[in-house]
Amino acid sequence: MTKTDYASVMARKGEIMLSSLGIDYAPFMAHPVTFDYEALMGLVPYDIDEVRQVQARAGVGSTALIELRQITRLARSLSSKGKGARIFVKDEAANPSGSYKARRAALSLHHAEQAGFKGVVTATSGNYGAAVASQAARRNLDCVVVQEVFDSHGIGQPEILEKGRACEIYGAEVMQLSVGPELFYSFLRVLEETGYFNASLYTPFAIAGVEPLGFEIVEQMQTATGAAPDVVICTHAGGGNLTGTARGLRKAGADRTQIIGASVNLTGLHMASDTDFNRKHFTTGHTGFGIPFAGWPDRTDVPRNAARVLRYMDRYLLLKQGEVFYMTEVLARLEGLERGPAGNVSLAAAFALSQEMDADQTIVVQETEYAGAGKQPSAQLSFARSRGIEILRGDSEAEIPGQTVIIPDGPGRIQVRDLDMTKLRRGLVKKAAAMVEDNARDDALVQFLADETQMSPTEITGLL
Amino acid sequence: MTSYAADWVQIHKIILRPDERPKTLPAETRAVPLEMRVKGWQVTESAEIGDQVRVRTVLGREQTGELIAENPEYGHDFGRAIPELLAAGDELVAMMRDMPKED
Repeated sequence: MTKTDYASVMARKGEIMLSSLGIDYAPFMAHPVTFDYEALMGLVPYDIDEVRQVQARAGVGSTALIELRQITRLARSLSSKGKGARIFVKDEAANPSGSYKARRAALSLHHAEQAGFKGVVTATSGNYGAAVASQAARRNLDCVVVQEVFDSHGIGQPEILEKGRACEIYGAEVMQLSVGPELFYSFLRVLEETGYFNASLYTPFAIAGVEPLGFEIVEQMQTATGAAPDVVICTHAGGGNLTGTARGLRKAGADRTQIIGASVNLTGLHMASDTDFNRKHFTTGHTGFGIPFAGWPDRTDVPRNAARVLRYMDRYLLLKQGEVFYMTEVLARLEGLERGPAGNVSLAAAFALSQEMDADQTIVVQETEYAGAGKQPSAQLSFARSRGIEILRGDSEAEIPGQTVIIPDGPGRIQVRDLDMTKLRRGLVKKAAAMVEDNARDDALVQFLADETQMSPTEITGLL
Repeated sequence: MTSYAADWVQIHKIILRPDERPKTLPAETRAVPLEMRVKGWQVTESAEIGDQVRVRTVLGREQTGELIAENPEYGHDFGRAIPELLAAGDELVAMMRDMPKED
């Protein structure tokens, strides 16, 4: 009989992943570091028009692009003369499951269906669970969602409880786990027991599914302003959102659009800590995922991650929790849009960045998400307050994750804070170098790392 | 409270005991077990809270665990208004009213 203890299952990780993906990763695993990234993405046998057709049949995509005129006016009132870029938002909440994640799920599950799987499994505490469950429902596929929900007292924060409820509504079996990275072990066991498809967020399908989002932005901005946007901001966690959007922008010919990632800064809180778990007020789109996944993408449930943000990200901006809650209020009160947390991270970044840019320039915030019970600042901050977190007005700069949330005392407080990209890029190169023998540091490795980090081959050689 | 076969219930089980969890975890996480909760239709004829029961999940998969609730509430809600945010919203609306319209 097959052993199901932790060590035995983890030892079978490679074979379980391979049989549950319907993708042959072998050609991409020959070298410890380098592989042909475009060939990996090329495993998706559809061009972008075909991807759009698959998604249209699933009710996904073609969401509205909305200009946020009042927020732009507010930004201009704080800017010097001639500054204050126009801000637009892509209303991804209009997708079937209420977020852009429907795009990733639609193409992944189309692939699962084509490959003959009867069901799908996904490990996520985010909007992706509902997206997979929703797309599975449309295709008569079984769906299991493995979620990290509770601390050891059985307490979960409202935002995650809502995400679990949404999965159940679409008919998924939801395995709700307490805090810990061994969620992966439970996930592997379900894959083994069921023989279902691993609807990972990180396959080429899950990334190619986001490309139409970038493509649509260019089409819609051309109609609205006559040109591709100057900046697109993506809320960044695992990296698929930014990677797929950037690829879509390029496919639409927007070579000069700057691509910026934005995350909530949760430095100081440990992602695997039972006690820190309910002291973060954003459950995704934060640095706890964003920094490690940017610095080393191959830490997921697939052998090679197709989401590789350093290939595309030009800047990485960090926000305070209080700033994002504040922008959520701004969006509701000045634009009449109540939306969930994810896109509002990018919106806060856009608001600060707009003030540095020229008034004839444009910024697109590339997502919104639905707002249901549990997802609002009222739910998340009431929960925080009941657990002793102090909620204050003032300068968010002084906020301490896990102790305080500081709602800005004016819109001028929202800041542009760059994370040092050079450090992030060098970190990746160093880690890669440590995996290769000294005498095997050849031109192919240099070129791969140059592509991987957008650094020059000369810089890479210097670092190696 | 007694629950019966075909009731929609929630069960709980320990996936990993603390001594089975990886040593790399933070101490506070490794001090507690990895737990799982799942809902399903009860298969066991009748049971009290705390009993071991069999359930059939929405997908028809059978699972066994400790009965912890019959049709549990989702429980999450909208919370209360946050006065600090309400005040911020009021300030912003006033600010916009005083701001000259652009041409």
